[in-house]
Amino acid sequence: MKAARRAYDRVWSKMSGSDRGKYLFRIARLVQERARELAVAESLNNGKPIKESRDLDIPLVAAWFFYYAGWADKLDYAGLGANPKALGVAGQIIPWNFPLLMLAWKIAPALAAGNTVVLKPAETTPLTALLFAEILQQADLPPGVVNIVTGAGATGQALVRHPDVDKIAFTGSTAVGREIARATAGTGKRLTLELGGKAANIVFDDAPIDQAIEGVVNGIFFNQGHVCCAGSRLLVQENVHDDVVERLKQRLSTLRLGDPLDKNTDIGAINSAEQLARIQELTAAGEEEGATRWSPACEIPANGFWFAPTIFTGVQSSSRIAREEIFGPVLSILTFRTPQEAIAKANNTPYGLSAGIWSDKGSRILAVADGLKAGVVWSNTFNRFDPASPFGGYKESGYGREGGKQGLSAYLAPSGGAK
Amino acid sequence: MTIDTGAGSRTAHPASSAEAARAPHTTAQSASSAGAARALDLLDGPVTDTTLRRYLEGIPGVDAVGLEQRAASLGTRSIKTSSKKLALDRVIELIDLTTLEGSDTPGKVRSLVAKAITPDPSDPSCPQVAAVCVYGDLVPVAIEALGAHHAPRAKAHGVTGISVAAVATAFPSGRASLAVKLADVADAVAAGADEIDMVIDRGAFLAGRYGEVFEQIVAVKEACRRKDGDDAHLKVILEVGELVTYDNVRRASWLAVLAGADFIKTSTGKVTSNATLPVTLLMLEVVRDWHRMTGEKVGVKPAGGIRTSKDAIKYLVTVAETAGEEWLQPHLFRFGASSLLNDVLLQRQKIRTGHYSGADYVTID
Repeated sequence: MKAARRAYDRVWSKMSGSDRGKYLFRIARLVQERARELAVAESLNNGKPIKESRDLDIPLVAAWFFYYAGWADKLDYAGLGANPKALGVAGQIIPWNFPLLMLAWKIAPALAAGNTVVLKPAETTPLTALLFAEILQQADLPPGVVNIVTGAGATGQALVRHPDVDKIAFTGSTAVGREIARATAGTGKRLTLELGGKAANIVFDDAPIDQAIEGVVNGIFFNQGHVCCAGSRLLVQENVHDDVVERLKQRLSTLRLGDPLDKNTDIGAINSAEQLARIQELTAAGEEEGATRWSPACEIPANGFWFAPTIFTGVQSSSRIAREEIFGPVLSILTFRTPQEAIAKANNTPYGLSAGIWSDKGSRILAVADGLKAGVVWSNTFNRFDPASPFGGYKESGYGREGGKQGLSAYLAPSGGAK
Repeated sequence: MTIDTGAGSRTAHPASSAEAARAPHTTAQSASSAGAARALDLLDGPVTDTTLRRYLEGIPGVDAVGLEQRAASLGTRSIKTSSKKLALDRVIELIDLTTLEGSDTPGKVRSLVAKAITPDPSDPSCPQVAAVCVYGDLVPVAIEALGAHHAPRAKAHGVTGISVAAVATAFPSGRASLAVKLADVADAVAAGADEIDMVIDRGAFLAGRYGEVFEQIVAVKEACRRKDGDDAHLKVILEVGELVTYDNVRRASWLAVLAGADFIKTSTGKVTSNATLPVTLLMLEVVRDWHRMTGEKVGVKPAGGIRTSKDAIKYLVTVAETAGEEWLQPHLFRFGASSLLNDVLLQRQKIRTGHYSGADYVTID
């Protein structure tokens, strides 16, 4: 924390935006150069298939740094008037599901805006964050501008409660998010929270069916379902329910589960024993509550933490598996009859992070999107990310946005408004 | 227009039409009406422009971005070492080695046939291609050149041979009267062609005259019949480069399947846009759905523009993960290609010897 304050006072806050941008561009290029190494490290770190770390995580990390590098000398246009000021030292706590990508989401805008950073990676996934620290050395970033501190909950708590931190950015569970909100209340610390989700993926009867199936699969089985914005509730129009379920089952039968470092693996490992236990508990509850469980016949490796892709049909809005965030490869399928009912069911959750709409009819997509209380609404696609697009939630999914201009202004205060 | 299918007494159950189509000679029904019976069951009425339009335009649309994304992700599958070796051999076994030039001569066709029989003279273990594909007038030359390797003769000796496919129906544009098209087909069939690659009337399709397109396919299918009962297989070329949209390709695929196609084929190779992975994926989805509905298997043939082993293997992956591995057989999947074979041979040699040779180490046909 002292190093971050010193770096802020002596170096980073005095540096011109264009010079900060140069460092960010350099970091982005180094990430690209070392992409393969980072992809392998990320799969070892988290258990996600190399296909995803190679094609999604790492390219997006580079994209995030490139995007915010471009903002560093254009802060006047961040929407806060001329000469907005950095906040100071930002404390950032990130989860284990996208270790390096979440790091990029946090660090890139913070540095572009002129803040220095103390970041704590999740206790189960520190590897790529440490590799990233090496990249920062390679980029010759002034000492203290980014500080990475590994540790568990207590470390995070110390960071949140530290008197000299100006801003806390947290991505993780809603329970911890609540605690942080309580701890920072009344302290003047800025706070953004990106928390859990229970997203609805709404499939209308006129949807491009094969692409919708792909999207549903990608929506929930991407990264083993360890995605806060995962489309974990599938809302299907009742008249196409059977067809959709049949196609979904056929598609799931072609998924390969296994060694995350095999380039042909579609579904990797569950991140921890603790997470696996939670998934098992909730799926057992689903069965008890009368939903029908189905998984494709797939070989489960003997060692490690694995969970076969699972779908539940006959799920009611009141079921636990339709209400609680499972954070695993488990899809709950519900039906609806009309667009109004679809919107009502989609919104009937304490969360509000993301949603998906599948329909061939543009006017319906726009009308339904208007009615959804979710920070991100995808139409005819799912789990697409872009640095220029703000991401964040409603209700218990948190507040503040990451990405785009909005993500930048979360690390800025209007001129004269900063403390 | 209404087409007499002669199948009015049949029940409207999809499975029964599948039975009829698979064993047309055990029923009193003609081949063409077996094809049309497929349609009758689904359309729930006579085959007319109106009923066809109602059906084809009622099929869910295609999201281009999603389709291309899926095709791209299938393209990232990693096929190496022993799998690659198997895949390369399978690619060869699925090739329709093709020459379709105005300048084709008997000499050129004999050379092509020799290449089809012995793709790699340096390696006797190299498999033969599935078929040679030529213009109708060169069918006799091809059959003569094949000799004992010609599929029907080879079959009599219990081995797999090489088929002769002929393009017909005023290929490639299809702009001729139905009578001329049928005469074209009849000539090729009479000359001994085992497979007929016909083109659909894209003009009629784009003008919304689905019934006309349907009727022509049914008529060509009828013209593929031989007296000995061993019908020529019908491949229906959609010419996706002229249909342009994925929605059109999907509708045309359904139309061809309903009308009794044994294969649906992407393109003639004569327009700028030919087979692509997304378009082939889309057609595979159609035959997969048709199989699920009726239990009947229809083949798919991407043609034109597939030149490298790497691309060909992407197609194999797409077939296996969409329609299923059982589709990776010559009677259900083909590559229409000419230059692909030599690239596959170079890759095979590389696996065998450990180093890359060059264009002078494979033969030109």
